[in-house]
Amino acid sequence: MTSEELGTGGAPEWNPEWASWAAAAREEFPRAQSALMPFLHRVQTDEGWLRPEALDAAAHYLELPRQYVESVVSFYSLFRTEVTGHRTIHVCMSLSCALAGSDALLHNLEEALGVRVGQTTPDGAYTLLEAECLAACDLAPACQVNLRYVGPVPPERFQTLLEEEVSTREDA
Amino acid sequence: MKTLDRHYLLRHRDVPGIDTLQGYEADGGYSGLKKALAEFEPDAIVDLVKASGLRGRGGAGFPTGLKWSFLAKDGRPRALVVNADEGEPGTFKDRELIEHNPHQLIEGMLIASYATRSPESFIYIRGEFLHGHEVLQRAIAEATERGYLGDRVLGTDFSHHMYLYRGAGAYICGEESALLESLEGRRGNPRLKPPFPAVAGVYGLPTVVNNVETIANLPPLILNGAEWHRQWGTEKSPGLKVMSVSGHVTRPGNYEVPLDATLRELVEMAGGVRTGHQVKAVIPGGSSMPLLPAGQLDTPIDYESLVQAGSMLGSGGCIVMDDSTCIVAAVARVVRFYRDESCGKCTPCREGTYWMTDVLDRLEGGQGELGDLDTLLDVADNINGKAFCPLGDASVGFMVSAIRNFRDEFVEHITGRTCPLGARLYDTVNY
Ligand SMILES: Cc1cc2nc3c(=O)[nH]c(=O)nc-3n(C[C@H](O)[C@H](O)[C@H](O)COP(=O)(O)O)c2cc1C
Ligand code: SF4
Ligand code: FES
Repeated sequence: MTSEELGTGGAPEWNPEWASWAAAAREEFPRAQSALMPFLHRVQTDEGWLRPEALDAAAHYLELPRQYVESVVSFYSLFRTEVTGHRTIHVCMSLSCALAGSDALLHNLEEALGVRVGQTTPDGAYTLLEAECLAACDLAPACQVNLRYVGPVPPERFQTLLEEEVSTREDA
Repeated sequence: MKTLDRHYLLRHRDVPGIDTLQGYEADGGYSGLKKALAEFEPDAIVDLVKASGLRGRGGAGFPTGLKWSFLAKDGRPRALVVNADEGEPGTFKDRELIEHNPHQLIEGMLIASYATRSPESFIYIRGEFLHGHEVLQRAIAEATERGYLGDRVLGTDFSHHMYLYRGAGAYICGEESALLESLEGRRGNPRLKPPFPAVAGVYGLPTVVNNVETIANLPPLILNGAEWHRQWGTEKSPGLKVMSVSGHVTRPGNYEVPLDATLRELVEMAGGVRTGHQVKAVIPGGSSMPLLPAGQLDTPIDYESLVQAGSMLGSGGCIVMDDSTCIVAAVARVVRFYRDESCGKCTPCREGTYWMTDVLDRLEGGQGELGDLDTLLDVADNINGKAFCPLGDASVGFMVSAIRNFRDEFVEHITGRTCPLGARLYDTVNY
């Protein structure tokens, strides 16, 4: 797969579908600024992250100041403004998962992937992130791969998260 | 505790296929809505819910019927908002209810909307619940197709539109006014109250905000009545509660129990702690609540008993810690959560959670000073009751209770210059 298909560094162009996605979001949520987050979710589901052009487009189509869009995006941890890998791994670090070894799990993943938490592997395959309680404490240590639950993942079984069967962004 | 012969809230455990409309209807689903529309005036449902003693399951335990009756009566259309932002560490009940029994939530929302005369309702679901979002999307489409949603529901004068809205990763958006901000497409900073949502909520409309589990109680309540609901629990805390049990138990999961079950019974239902270990402490209601040491395991979980014992039922996220737990590490992790999730709007919470996290990391790393414990309690004192929203208070409850109950363990970290339980630190999480 090329990097353009992955959405990791494609041309800085506006996706022609954005206009209709924005219109759909406005139709569903016409009041206040409620259309903004649904539009951003739609774009991020498609490309894996929100490149600057997507924020420009949100501002344009939803008739909002660019700074406003930026300030909303920056508030929410799931909105990504950096290139994101094919698979985003979230490791829950909250108490129940910590009691079950999530620190060691994250450490093992860092070693295996050769990146630190918050980073993406150079081949664009994985992004490794921390999460707060994923409301899956019965699956501790709980993780998500592209927002699909995987757990329990004992620290020594970190490899489970890197395997093929785990969903890719395209299934999301 | 009266034992249950079946599940009511976790009904999907007994009835396979109930996640589809067909399966739900086959098990009597939507007969609560039909009964509500046919036999009750809206106000009569409010009275029934009041009589049942049902209290909010989102954390505060506010009486549901009373909350509904606070809605402004000035002729403006009202709105119902369902809080599906479940993010309180240790809590995972709403997710199970959403993923496995979505129609019970939708039916409950319709009953609540009819009772409060709300033509519109909104589900605010946290962004991480991708699967839950898909399940609800499908269920709402099914219900619309069958005439439970839309114009003239089941041929009556009641029309209803239901919206599904995804959050994007922010614990504070579980706080109802921050949730409303987020639902309107803004940063999730809590609003100044008053006005309360009952007067000016979503889009300025008089609004009820209720938790998923609160709403899931309504279909069986309408069908069976207030006395039925009161057969469980206590006078002031009647009914059933889904408790999420996690941490050091052998069968973590959700358990539906009457509200007079004890913490010990819950821990036993969840398989108890590993052999050779003892319970050290339990957080009964999510990480925002103070811990109770093993000696208080016989406390019943009703709202009043837990307050009397020094904690709170909160969201019902029961985290069990056995004797291998380093309490300093546990506290450091919990306070870090509030630091990361503080919305930054007010100084005590924004700065205080940073400060406490710094001190706790130092303590856990064996670099603490004896004065640090006083510093922690002093900072906590400057947050408690002085923050803009309840997240501030939530950040200190567990820590203060841990220092009170396990002060020696904190001191050993300082005098011994290391963790006495040998907890391993990874630099990853010490940024
Ligand atoms: C920081 C914070 C987080 C909260 N998170 C949630 C949540 O995830 N789900 C929820 O239902 N209530 C949550 N609440 C409580 C809500 O503000 C509100 O009281 C509740 O949704 C009301 O519903 P109920 O009356 O049915 O309990 C939270 C409160 C605070 C202060
Ligand atoms: S207490 Fe914390 S979360 Fe609440 S308004 Fe203040 S900074 Fe924001
Ligand atoms: S603490 Fe990890 S899912 Fe709740």
